[in-house]
Amino acid sequence: MIRFDHVTKVYDAPDKPALNGVDLEVDRGDFAFLVGASGSGKSTFIRLVLREERATRGSVHVAGTNVDALASWKVPRLRRNIGVVFQDFRLLPQKTVFANVAFAMQVIGKSRAMIKETVPQVLETVGLREKAGRLPHELSGGEQQRVAIARAVVNRPAILLADEPTGNLDPETSRGIMEILETINQNGTTVVMATHDDEIVNRMRKRVIELDHGKVIRDERGGEYHAVGDRLVLPSAGQAIAPFDSEEDEL
Amino acid sequence: MKLSFMLSEIASGLRRNLSMVVSVILVTFVSLTFVGSAALLQSQVGKMKGYWYDKVQVAIYLCSPNPETANCAVGGDGKYAAATAEQTKGIEEVLNSAELKPYVESFQYESQEDAYKNFQEQFGNRSMADSVKPEQLPASFRVKLVDPEKYDVINERFSSLPGVDTVVDQRQYLNTVFGIINTASLVAVIIAAVMLVCAVLLVATTIRLSAFTRRRETGIMRLVGASKAVIQTPFVLEGVIASAIGAILASGVLWAVLQFVVQDRLAQQNLNMAFIDPSEMLWVAPGLLIVGVLLAWGSSLLTLRRYLKV
Repeated sequence: MIRFDHVTKVYDAPDKPALNGVDLEVDRGDFAFLVGASGSGKSTFIRLVLREERATRGSVHVAGTNVDALASWKVPRLRRNIGVVFQDFRLLPQKTVFANVAFAMQVIGKSRAMIKETVPQVLETVGLREKAGRLPHELSGGEQQRVAIARAVVNRPAILLADEPTGNLDPETSRGIMEILETINQNGTTVVMATHDDEIVNRMRKRVIELDHGKVIRDERGGEYHAVGDRLVLPSAGQAIAPFDSEEDEL
Repeated sequence: MKLSFMLSEIASGLRRNLSMVVSVILVTFVSLTFVGSAALLQSQVGKMKGYWYDKVQVAIYLCSPNPETANCAVGGDGKYAAATAEQTKGIEEVLNSAELKPYVESFQYESQEDAYKNFQEQFGNRSMADSVKPEQLPASFRVKLVDPEKYDVINERFSSLPGVDTVVDQRQYLNTVFGIINTASLVAVIIAAVMLVCAVLLVATTIRLSAFTRRRETGIMRLVGASKAVIQTPFVLEGVIASAIGAILASGVLWAVLQFVVQDRLAQQNLNMAFIDPSEMLWVAPGLLIVGVLLAWGSSLLTLRRYLKV
């Protein structure tokens, strides 16, 4: 589903590539954790899959297409096949839960009838059917992240990318999020989740791909992960809910 | 994307950016009013040319005791002699000749008595009219040309004939008036150009602000795979709608000026002059709308290319 062939990505400093000759393949229906310290290349991996960036060398294939060679007008089509969830949720604050999820369908031209039918189903999957009329600030962090997941999967993408989805959540809430991701995965969606959270990785017993300074240093099924030393100091939940930090402006 | 959704996105964009949108409307309104004024002034010049050129002719003045030039023969008494009957006849023959047929539409002889009558009619209420005698005024041929631009042909042919004092293209009197109007429309064009530059920059700034305040939406749109057109269209339409409103306001004001100032007052006070009427707006208004829309469209697309990543 996702294949990296000798992918190297250099941003500004040529001697410090964000990804350095990465070779890996994630099959259809896989659930893979992408682990490693901050700066190890996890976000670059996600940006390359989304074609936010192009590989400096090597090629990235997503669902059978070489995304580096993709014409820019075809990029939206690629992204319709990929759902994305971020640490900071990125909901639209003035839209209700229903409208936030529906937005993802409206902007790609889905009919009103289809939106009316699909959105409640997806909200049901993430357990928020009763809160469809709420505004994001009336929800807890975990609930907001579930809305974001609902929005990411409402167009039935083949791939779900999650960049630190539990980074702002407490362990209990994180577990709930992981259950939802697992359900989505069991329905046939390929899930790639970048995380620092070793507790989650070790409990789930899924494939673990560990990156370090842009290189894959470990790739095993049912693996474990023990974060060391430089674990991220997570911002408090209150700050993180304010959507669209500087990272968003880059995207 | 569904039309209703698109419209609601545009409406929310216009609401959020209200003060900027109002300033875009006003600036395009003022600049397009100047553009329209320049167009209407030119059209007024055209109308006056059509009206006056029909009446104004080339005048071939014959010699009289007070000639304008030194072309006239001096008589035995040391004074300039008036054109003789033979000379007048000779000129008339040339006017009737096959050589000038393609140029001359018609001509008319104005004798010294006719000239005196016309002079009294025109200036009779002034004291100097009393001291003028018929024999002081020149007789003339009033020639109407097929093409008024061909004045030179007549001038060349007649100015050296015996008995001819001078050949005058009466259009030159009008050219002063047209010169004034042309200067006015040039000024209007310059002001319009400056204002249009303002309008373009203002549209660009507005779109840029709008793109910034809506970066969350556009970020999500990109991630879920909305096409470039879907992401950009609401922004472009925002600028286009604002400047279209400006164009409509400008057309309304120009129409009102034509109707209530030109038609109802100037035309009533100057019955012997030709004025443009409000029907001119039938072509000026669509023109302004097109100019406004194209400028806003172009400037917002250029801005979006820079400030809205898709």
